[in-house]
Amino acid sequence: MTVPGVLGILVFVVVLILIAKPIGLYLYAVYDLRKTWLDPLMRPLERLVYRISGVNEDREMRWTEYFLAILAFNLIGFVVLYVLLRIQAALPFNPAHMKDLGPHLSFNTAVSFMTNTNWQAYGGESTMSYFSQAMLMVQQFLSPITGMGMILAFIRGLSRRNANTLGNFWVDLTRTLLWVSLPFAFVAALVLIALGNPQNWGPYITAHTLQGGTQIIAQGPVGMMNAIMQLGDNGGGFFNMNAGHPYETASAASLMFQLILGFSIPVGLTYYFGKVVKDTRQGWTILGAMLAMFLAGTLIMYHAEAVGNPLLAHLGIHGPNMEGKEVRFGPALSSLFETSTTAVSWGSTAAANDSLTPVGGLVTLFNMMSGEVIIGAWGVGLLGMLAFAILAVFLAGLMVGRTPEYLGKKIQSYEVKMAVLALIVPTFVILGLSAWAVVSKGGLAGIYNPGPHGLSEVLYAFSSGVGNNGSAFGGLDAASPFYTWTVGLAMLFGRFAMYIPALAIAGSLVRKQAVPESAGTFPTHGVLFAALLIATVIIVGALVFFPALALGPLAEHFALWSGHLFGGGA
Amino acid sequence: MSVHHLKSKTLSSQAVGQAIGEAFRKLNPRWMMHNPVMFVVELGSVFTTIDAIRLLAAGNDSLFSFTLQISIWLWLTVLFANFAEALAEGRGRAQAQALKSTRTETMARRIGQGGKIEVIPGTQLKKGDRVVVAAGETIPSDGTVVQGVASVDESTITGESAPVIRAAGSDTDAVIGGTRVLSDEITVLITTNPGETFLDRMITLIEGARRQKTPNEIALAILLAGLTLIFVVVIMTTEPFAIYSGKAVSVTVLIALLVCLIPTTIGGLMSAIGISGMNRLVQKNVLAMSGRAIEAAGDVNVILLDKTGTLTLGNRMATEFVPMPGVEEKTLAQAALFSSLSDDTPEGQSIVGLAREHFGFSETAENLPGAEFQEFSAQTQMSGVDYAGRQIRKGSAMAISHFVENQGGQLPAQMTHEVTRIGRLGGTPLVVAEGNTVLGVIYLKDVVKPGIKERLQALRESGIKTVMITGDNPVTAETIAKEVGVDDFLAQATPETKLSYIKKEQAEGYLVGMVGDGTNDAPALSQADVAVAMNSGTQAAREAGNMVDLDSSPTKLIDIVEIGKQILITRGAMTTFSIANDVAKYFAIIPAMFIVMFPGLQALNIMHLTSPESAVLSAVIFNAVIIPLLIPLALRGVSYRPAGAAVMLRNNLLIYGLGGLVLPFVGIKLIDLAVTALHLVSLHP
Repeated sequence: MTVPGVLGILVFVVVLILIAKPIGLYLYAVYDLRKTWLDPLMRPLERLVYRISGVNEDREMRWTEYFLAILAFNLIGFVVLYVLLRIQAALPFNPAHMKDLGPHLSFNTAVSFMTNTNWQAYGGESTMSYFSQAMLMVQQFLSPITGMGMILAFIRGLSRRNANTLGNFWVDLTRTLLWVSLPFAFVAALVLIALGNPQNWGPYITAHTLQGGTQIIAQGPVGMMNAIMQLGDNGGGFFNMNAGHPYETASAASLMFQLILGFSIPVGLTYYFGKVVKDTRQGWTILGAMLAMFLAGTLIMYHAEAVGNPLLAHLGIHGPNMEGKEVRFGPALSSLFETSTTAVSWGSTAAANDSLTPVGGLVTLFNMMSGEVIIGAWGVGLLGMLAFAILAVFLAGLMVGRTPEYLGKKIQSYEVKMAVLALIVPTFVILGLSAWAVVSKGGLAGIYNPGPHGLSEVLYAFSSGVGNNGSAFGGLDAASPFYTWTVGLAMLFGRFAMYIPALAIAGSLVRKQAVPESAGTFPTHGVLFAALLIATVIIVGALVFFPALALGPLAEHFALWSGHLFGGGA
Repeated sequence: MSVHHLKSKTLSSQAVGQAIGEAFRKLNPRWMMHNPVMFVVELGSVFTTIDAIRLLAAGNDSLFSFTLQISIWLWLTVLFANFAEALAEGRGRAQAQALKSTRTETMARRIGQGGKIEVIPGTQLKKGDRVVVAAGETIPSDGTVVQGVASVDESTITGESAPVIRAAGSDTDAVIGGTRVLSDEITVLITTNPGETFLDRMITLIEGARRQKTPNEIALAILLAGLTLIFVVVIMTTEPFAIYSGKAVSVTVLIALLVCLIPTTIGGLMSAIGISGMNRLVQKNVLAMSGRAIEAAGDVNVILLDKTGTLTLGNRMATEFVPMPGVEEKTLAQAALFSSLSDDTPEGQSIVGLAREHFGFSETAENLPGAEFQEFSAQTQMSGVDYAGRQIRKGSAMAISHFVENQGGQLPAQMTHEVTRIGRLGGTPLVVAEGNTVLGVIYLKDVVKPGIKERLQALRESGIKTVMITGDNPVTAETIAKEVGVDDFLAQATPETKLSYIKKEQAEGYLVGMVGDGTNDAPALSQADVAVAMNSGTQAAREAGNMVDLDSSPTKLIDIVEIGKQILITRGAMTTFSIANDVAKYFAIIPAMFIVMFPGLQALNIMHLTSPESAVLSAVIFNAVIIPLLIPLALRGVSYRPAGAAVMLRNNLLIYGLGGLVLPFVGIKLIDLAVTALHLVSLHP
């Protein structure tokens, strides 16, 4: 580890803290229907949308209706995308003559982009026409909004009293699109193009190299796609190589900008949350807990990558682990990016996770297995963290001599039942599918690396799917039928098994009266609660994966350091 | 024998013996299924036992010994949990037994058709019957006195030997079956059916036979079951991962890990905590009609306290002599003393006391020869003495004004001023006059009970708002409220204003607790979240409340709130402890499980446990013995001192959270040292 490396990481965290409040305040203005400077432009558009779609913006929804709206919205997105991918060859804007996608891959991809996972079982520039890429981009705009709707409804459940409704999903959708996604992405695209992203609709260029060979240089509307991919924590890049590709990330400045872009909305949401519940300390505490875990993960990974591979050191090759890393970024930036991409449920990668040291890989797995709550994607990260806060309050809250309450709302059997459900299903899906994969023929056939590393790859794939992260460890035949379907299912469960109980909790809490705060109230702000929250995430959320992780990255790590290797590739 | 006398020792050897027997009986799977956590442990015990038998048959001696020991400790884990529950229940049962012995068969004299009296067994009485009970007879069932007055010995229920008066049409018209009439004859309207009497309900409650889980217990049970389910999946998927990694893990070791990870500590102790909480209330002579009420007591954040008897001593005491201009204070004090010598009321005695204390007077009623004492009468509103030609009177300002003016005296302006001032301060002014001259004013003051201020302060620090209820006017009420240190007061309180006050607080999200006795308290009692009815009160009040205080002590509510909090804290502390324990157990068992496949994982054996077998066994033993070690704490409750939530959370997190994290590391290591020293299992690493 170098001083500039560590300092860079610290500065990045400080920047995140600095942007939380202004973005949070802007979101508050947008969703609390206060004045924003975009109103003159967007308000007429918004009215137009409602007039065409027949939405009554004053009509509020109960949690069940809100969920059905989300479900309908997702279903339409899935069906449209699935059909378009199946008939890609017959559609326009296909200068590279890409073929139709098969049913497995179409299912996987449609689910992936619907759930904001952006797991790419395909290589973008070698599979998708410009039309399909554009449709994927549309989904990249739309899918994060589902998460946004979820958290808006959930926070309303916490802050409203004696009410029944959680807002109107169509209004939340429209306002997010008009006031948040489009303007942010527009500005971000301009910045990214200025920082070196190409932006055109021309055919790929064929270049003749000095050796006389030919090279096809893929290009396209990269700046535009890149902006929404990073802003929306989507991660489905234009290029298979994703953010490691020079056309996606031309420089360290571009990389840093993309990182901040990915964190911007989730970080702002924590402040927004505090603002809505009328106690900004609540938001800062949640953000503090998230950033503490983020910083620890980043530094652990950076340390492991900087120390490098001991076996290479024996051969006289010293220095950090550079396998699978962009030379331009080095271990510090790569560690920052890979921790970020797994923490923010983002999935964009700037290095090959498969080539991280075992400890580095462990950090990425931890980030996803703990439920993508370390910052997390739009809405869903905060949602998961608030679910953990409810659990923490329930477990330890009794110790102040009152039955547990969070933000004044009593946490009772119904909420606990739903929180347990939200906790159980992801664990079941990750462990169950991984266990199936490592003992079934179809699963084993897709594992390229034997031994513990192979297990890490499998665990990563399903964690990424359930966490709707979308990044891949690599080393796994993701396009094989076994993995396209199982990971597809993981993505679906990860999304909806979390959404139903979360909205049910919101629907129950919104009806309750809040207990006024007093000296007897369990304090859910401050360092102590942040520590309790972190402990809950680790002990209840992540440690259940300890046996699996012991056989994966941990076994590999200790074996590596004792000089033991696990044979060649499959 | 009464509940009072039952503050029995926590652990008599007989009680322990009974609880041990009960612990085995509770192994019945049908019973165990009520507690999913411990049921999983029981299933695990069965599986490991089968595994042990299989190994024995196969002649695998060393593995058999290990498996057998694991199996024994798993059975012990279940038994320890059952024992804890049985012990708590046993204490309640002993209390109930004492009550049952008082429930003797009595004959009742029922007033039949046309007023004819028929003698039937008390158990055949129904709601609506009328019975006659004379001196020396036992009241056959619960009811209301509808005719007559009697003194009743209620010591069987309350433990209080002094008889109480039960009179028709008063606020003390409720009688309890099983108590005895000492004098006079009363007619009682029976208000309960057989089997539902107060005594019956008391016995049922104490026995815990039909104990319903409280809402928070249900929620916690759901969470514990959920965690158990998660760990079952974790363990079930561990096997495929192990097979992929080269070697299957034995079923016994997997079950050992499962049992260590599921929250057995809280799962095993939860019902004992609840039952013993109920017992602690009984020891305070409070009967809660439901567990829900006790839980609500912990949550209460507004409590209504009657001023008189709860916050103040109830008697007004003389605290100051205020002479009129030109009158010596000593003259006034002496006159006040003389006028009060034969006054036996607490007020009168306090005047005598104050005068003697300040000026050393030694006169008594006996050594004032020829003194003619004037008793207080409703008509004159004064009392006093005619002695040596002096006419000394004390009384309300109005009465004394009349007295002085009738004799042609003048009222000093200062008098009115002082009377108003004292009234505003919440005191009662008594004016003293001699002949046609006003000497001065005695300041009678409500005296705050010693220690009550500190208790209210402690309540405030733990976030509870105290409200004083009084019939006084707002000005007086405010003064006393300030002096006592309550947060709010309700002056000139009527049943209606009390009810609307409670409703208003509840609408803002507060949980309200109150004490009441009279029939007119009933609406407010049934509205309040925690309603303590005094045993001395009416049947209506008792029906409306969800707790009955046998001592009829107005400050009992504060004790009840503290017990409610203590139960919740104990439950929370054990839960936190139980879950924090998991960390160390992972580190004990996981390296032991996988070390065959990956020797490098020895690095995770941070406790340096001797061998995989000793590590697994030590973790299982720790997991088992922690339950009996915590039984005393579960039965007694963790120590509770009222404090702010932030302080309490910090302290308890430090003890039970951090302690729960660290203690098993130490405990498992020590057990491993013992296991190693005794060569209980294979020590081959």
